[in-house]
Amino acid sequence: MQDTHTILLPEVTPEVRQQLFDYVLQLADTSLILAHRLSEWCGHGPILEQDLAMANISLDLLGEARSYYQYAAELEGQGRTEDDLAYLRSAVQYRNPLLVEQPNGDFAHTIVRQFLYDAFHYHLLVQLQTGPDRQLAAIAEKSVKEAAYHVKWSAEWVIRLGDGTDESRRRVETAINALWRYQGELTTPTPTEQALQAVGFVPGYAAIQQQIDQHVARVFEEATLAVPQGVFAQKGGKTGRHSEHLGYLLTELQYMQRAYPGMKW
Amino acid sequence: MSQKEWPLWEVFIRSKQGLDHKHVGSLHAADAEMAIQNARDVYTRRLEGVSIWVVESKHVHASNPDDAAAFYEPANDKIYRHPTFYTVPDSIKHM
Amino acid sequence: METAELTQEEQFQTRIDADVRIEPKDWMPEAYRKTLIRQISQHAHSEIVGMLPEGNWITRAPSLKRKAILLAKVQDEAGHGLYLYSAAETLGASRDQMLADLHSGKAKYSSIFNYPTLSWADMGTIGWLVDGAAILNQVPLCRTSYGPYARAMVRVCKEESFHQRQGFEIMQTLSEGTPEQKQMAQEALNRWWWPTLMMFGPKDADSPNTEQSMKWRIKRFTNDELRQKFVDMMVPQAEFLGLTVPDEKLRWNEAKQGYDFGEVDWAEFWDVVKGNGPCSRERLQARVDAWNEGEWVREAALAHAAKRSARGKV
Repeated sequence: MQDTHTILLPEVTPEVRQQLFDYVLQLADTSLILAHRLSEWCGHGPILEQDLAMANISLDLLGEARSYYQYAAELEGQGRTEDDLAYLRSAVQYRNPLLVEQPNGDFAHTIVRQFLYDAFHYHLLVQLQTGPDRQLAAIAEKSVKEAAYHVKWSAEWVIRLGDGTDESRRRVETAINALWRYQGELTTPTPTEQALQAVGFVPGYAAIQQQIDQHVARVFEEATLAVPQGVFAQKGGKTGRHSEHLGYLLTELQYMQRAYPGMKW
Repeated sequence: MSQKEWPLWEVFIRSKQGLDHKHVGSLHAADAEMAIQNARDVYTRRLEGVSIWVVESKHVHASNPDDAAAFYEPANDKIYRHPTFYTVPDSIKHM
Repeated sequence: METAELTQEEQFQTRIDADVRIEPKDWMPEAYRKTLIRQISQHAHSEIVGMLPEGNWITRAPSLKRKAILLAKVQDEAGHGLYLYSAAETLGASRDQMLADLHSGKAKYSSIFNYPTLSWADMGTIGWLVDGAAILNQVPLCRTSYGPYARAMVRVCKEESFHQRQGFEIMQTLSEGTPEQKQMAQEALNRWWWPTLMMFGPKDADSPNTEQSMKWRIKRFTNDELRQKFVDMMVPQAEFLGLTVPDEKLRWNEAKQGYDFGEVDWAEFWDVVKGNGPCSRERLQARVDAWNEGEWVREAALAHAAKRSARGKV
């Protein structure tokens, strides 16, 4: 589905266009990697109903990723396709934050990773909807409805696990301890994001951070969980410095395109 | 084992505005909120619905098939309840 | 009142013969109930075990489009399993008990899912051949005598038709692709053809329950009838794809207006049925692991629901 959108982009300098390309790729990589991780659950969920729920979220994110890749390809204008961008870039060229590439672990890890991401994702999309790049705004407008459902789903699971049994509480706390350090990167702007914030293409992260904090605090309170304080924020994914997990993920994701270059599937 | 199983819920879906909710099947969920979300994930993946009802299956009371004759057959001979029972002259319109 | 002389069982059969659907609270012979629970739960197990061989390729799908389609398809199978478990539950079986029977090895599932998926072409072959075989089995069941089962099958069949088409599309793309891709498609067909023929079950002579099941209309064609239909349907499609069906005895028989074909390796079939398929242990273990590892999650949700209702919240 390589439909050519008319670019609904105000006049921008080549430099901003390049930055926008990088940023849209970052959004695309993030959605794809999280979709990929969630899809690893397919067939292995804790109960059939939740297997279906996770696959739905994965499909939403995959659809969102494709929209971003298609738009990025268009911004670049070099004839690359969504698949070229997803399948033929190496780990250091990937721009997703560290959080989403973390392994599934147990269901508690998956839920905490999802909730931390969903809270950010939702509040980001709300802002992107009204941004000056109408193409990006259109993708955000479609995706924000999905993200609203995702964050509802993951928040409810955080609450169930936090305020469930002793074991679920212990597991969800372990997951929070393991994953909290990756939350800060989501709203720490890279130089590209800073440049785009300066020209209004990317929303300011301070306001979003505040909304996320309130959202997380509300859910954690209901889950009777403590919000960690003063945790060191591990960063790097958005500038290509990933954890070792990403290489293995991409090896699997890109296997066919690497083993059989240039073929149609 | 049975007390560990999530309760069973019956799912009813309104396929579009203006239509009744219709029974589509059942699923398991720990609580009502989850039952609605599960119903959304299981039964509306292909634009099948605009509204969902869930009822815990144990709360559904059903008539007994053995009563079928007593319940439904008495309506058989009340054909005068149907408009086709009456003859209307051809010249009468709009009736 | 002319049925007054008939026994309950005869009345039941009269209703079935008149194509009246049986509903959950209706009287039914115990053997009918048991046979149905076994058949429906086996079918449900096949759907969820069947997620595994294809799930094996979701993370390696060769394009984003294929990845989305495959994930949606495997997810549908979870849905189909769920619809079918629900139908069996109307007969008084609990899903937990049915799963316990699957996990202990007491309950069976379709032998086809005990074969490994080794290349991307297997995704095409499974969709095209295996789902094609499943559809032949399933379409007649939309008119089966037990109402909830028939309704579940209507839903399943509606969703299943996309499955077969996506499989055929993969095969078509491969067969129109490079020599390497075409070879990939042929190699997959070679591995899956015979196991797919086994999906219809043993020969009619070795299928003692068929007669009773046909009488109850919970089975509407015999195993051999369906197998013949399948071969007749698939051979022209394979020809269209430029692929060779791996059966030297395959020949058009003008007199019967159908194909003659070779004999399934029944020894292999029974080995797989007995749990000695190439992936039998892995498939079952994956299901057992998912269930065991999910136990604390299911418990937590129940515990939380109990706390909430104690606090007076829904």
